[in-house]
Amino acid sequence: MDNSYLIKTDELVKIFPMGETSIIALNHVNLMFKKAEFAGLVGPSGSGKTTLLNIIGSLDSPTEGSTTVMGQKIEDLSHKQGAELRNQHIGFIFQTFNLLPVYTVFENVEFPLLLLGLSPQERQDKVMKALEWVQLADRVKSKPAQLSGGESQRVAIARAVVKEPKIILADEPTANLDAENSHNILQTMEKINNELETTFIFATHDEKVIQYLRRKITLIDGKVAKDEVYDNPTGRGEEQ
Amino acid sequence: MIKFIIKGILRDRSRSLIPILVVIFGVFLTVLFYCYMKGAVNGFIDTGAKFDSGHVKIMSRAYDENSDQIPNDLAYIGAEQLISELKQEFPGFVWTKRIRFGGLLDVPDEAGETRAQGPVAGMALDLFTEDSLEWELLGIEDSIVRGKAPESPGEILISDEFADSLEIALGETATLISATMYGSMAAANFTVVGTVHFGISALDRGAMVADVKDIQMALDMEDAAGEILGFFENFVYREEEAGLAALKFNAKYEGDDDEFVPVMKSLHQQGGMVEMLDMINMYMPVMVTVFVIIMSIVLWNAGLIGSLRRYGEIGVRLAMGESKGHLYRSMIAESLILGCIGTVLGTAFALVIAFWLQEKGFNISQLMQSATLLINDVIRAKITPFAFVIGFIPGLLANVLGSSIAGIGIYRRKTAQLMKELEV
Ligand SMILES: Nc1ncnc2c1ncn2[C@@H]1O[C@H](COP(=O)(O)OP(=O)(O)O)[C@@H](O)[C@H]1O
Ligand SMILES: [Mg+2]
Repeated sequence: MDNSYLIKTDELVKIFPMGETSIIALNHVNLMFKKAEFAGLVGPSGSGKTTLLNIIGSLDSPTEGSTTVMGQKIEDLSHKQGAELRNQHIGFIFQTFNLLPVYTVFENVEFPLLLLGLSPQERQDKVMKALEWVQLADRVKSKPAQLSGGESQRVAIARAVVKEPKIILADEPTANLDAENSHNILQTMEKINNELETTFIFATHDEKVIQYLRRKITLIDGKVAKDEVYDNPTGRGEEQ
Repeated sequence: MIKFIIKGILRDRSRSLIPILVVIFGVFLTVLFYCYMKGAVNGFIDTGAKFDSGHVKIMSRAYDENSDQIPNDLAYIGAEQLISELKQEFPGFVWTKRIRFGGLLDVPDEAGETRAQGPVAGMALDLFTEDSLEWELLGIEDSIVRGKAPESPGEILISDEFADSLEIALGETATLISATMYGSMAAANFTVVGTVHFGISALDRGAMVADVKDIQMALDMEDAAGEILGFFENFVYREEEAGLAALKFNAKYEGDDDEFVPVMKSLHQQGGMVEMLDMINMYMPVMVTVFVIIMSIVLWNAGLIGSLRRYGEIGVRLAMGESKGHLYRSMIAESLILGCIGTVLGTAFALVIAFWLQEKGFNISQLMQSATLLINDVIRAKITPFAFVIGFIPGLLANVLGSSIAGIGIYRRKTAQLMKELEV
């Protein structure tokens, strides 16, 4: 395994058959992501951002080409192996938070650890640590319905980060949040990125997110149109 | 993980409610039906045995072949001798001889002319021997409505309904007009000392209970008996043993062509009974299977609706690294838990009703008005140990089947498709 990158796509193509015709969602995408990147896929709706994240997360398989994540070829993984890869190394954050409504904040964050088979004490420690990251340690007993949008997304971040994965994939994480909450969660994620060296890949077209990115990959019609790296993203809003 | 599932079940009542209700309902019906059938069959066997078939019955071969006509001309002669042999040979049984007879019961007026008359379904029993079984067997004392039990020869009981229709008073004389064993006319006078109600429609229409010696005399049946009934000593019927006894007894007469040779038949081997019991025994599995199928379909649909509502949850759980197999198994575990809860509740409800039906019974005399079967008018349920567990068959099976079919959707749908549901 080449240790210099965590994720590599090689001539990645994804075609969705649509009756007679078909949609080319990804068109020969070649990308590499290294440890601790804070990168974003940007581009208009339908440009293939979600599709690419899903393939990286082994939720979907490519039509052609190859994707390597943590040294494993996604296209060769069985369902079970894919699940294992996600379970151990990948956290997801969604636009619609997707907390499990009947479970408390604590239980939602605990769930990935249940799958990993950790002991109750280990789970307790890790969940509390993750909730402290997102400043929700005092809401352990709340149900998702009692949380605001910003709080819900912070729980979702805690749930993604609780197992300290190498990679977090965030699909439009701010789309349902106001500006203040958007900045809040981005700062949280930036902090996690700095301290845990977690690789973040966003799919977004939200300017507020883009300001924070240290790498901006522009997708247009399933192709990589631009791949820009910012050395100093703290400029906050001004492209450099 | 089980804890996680149970929390989900307890908190999301709307999700759990329908499956639990379906299971409760199906299990309730299954258990209740089981107890009811069990009670009906037991009652049926019990009544049939006591009033008609015995646990085993001995007749002459010719009588047996025409037994539905009650052919007393073919009755077995030498009953006393045979009974004493039976006592030796089959010590596990107790024996009693009976004669069934038909005829007319005629009530004369003062001038000796017929005042009233009706067809009679007669039973001649050993009433006056010291160790007679019949009193206890047929519960004669308890069945008496008016008057008293016969105490001396010539005294008879007739059914209460019959007495009403004949407008006969207690103590009055009635004449039995019938045929002797040898085909000539017989007429004998009896004193009606009491009326009975057995609670068996087929009997209560025209029963006459007389002592067997009186009837032997009246019908010229010296030492003859239509039927000799044998009962296990503790009065509990054991099918296999009864069959073996019959086999052993009949073996002695094998090859003998005489039509007056005695034959022994177990309760199961006697006309109609076998088919009836087989049918009833067959009903139960058929019934449970039907319930399982119906409930599975309902639960499958409930499961589909449930999992539609839960695509969000399913997508998230997959995204977090739960495998499809694990998710599928956890949904089945969930349905097992729901099935258990529903089964326990359904069984409990059913047993309460069954207990009530066991104590109070369910009166079907309305249905039995023209029946000729010896079935008690009151059918009682019976709670057996098996009644406590039978509900688990449909309760768990249907739920697991239902959710297994519903859950196949998880496998069928592409993970990415499930994820798409998340992007609302
Ligand atoms: N499961 C699918 N079936 C058919 N077409 C799909 C499916 N998923 C995505 N697409 C199509 O692929 C293209 C890229 O979609 P997507 O990756 O969701 O874009 P984005 O996330 O950038 O908005 C779109 O044209 C979309 O309609
Ligand atoms: Mg998208």
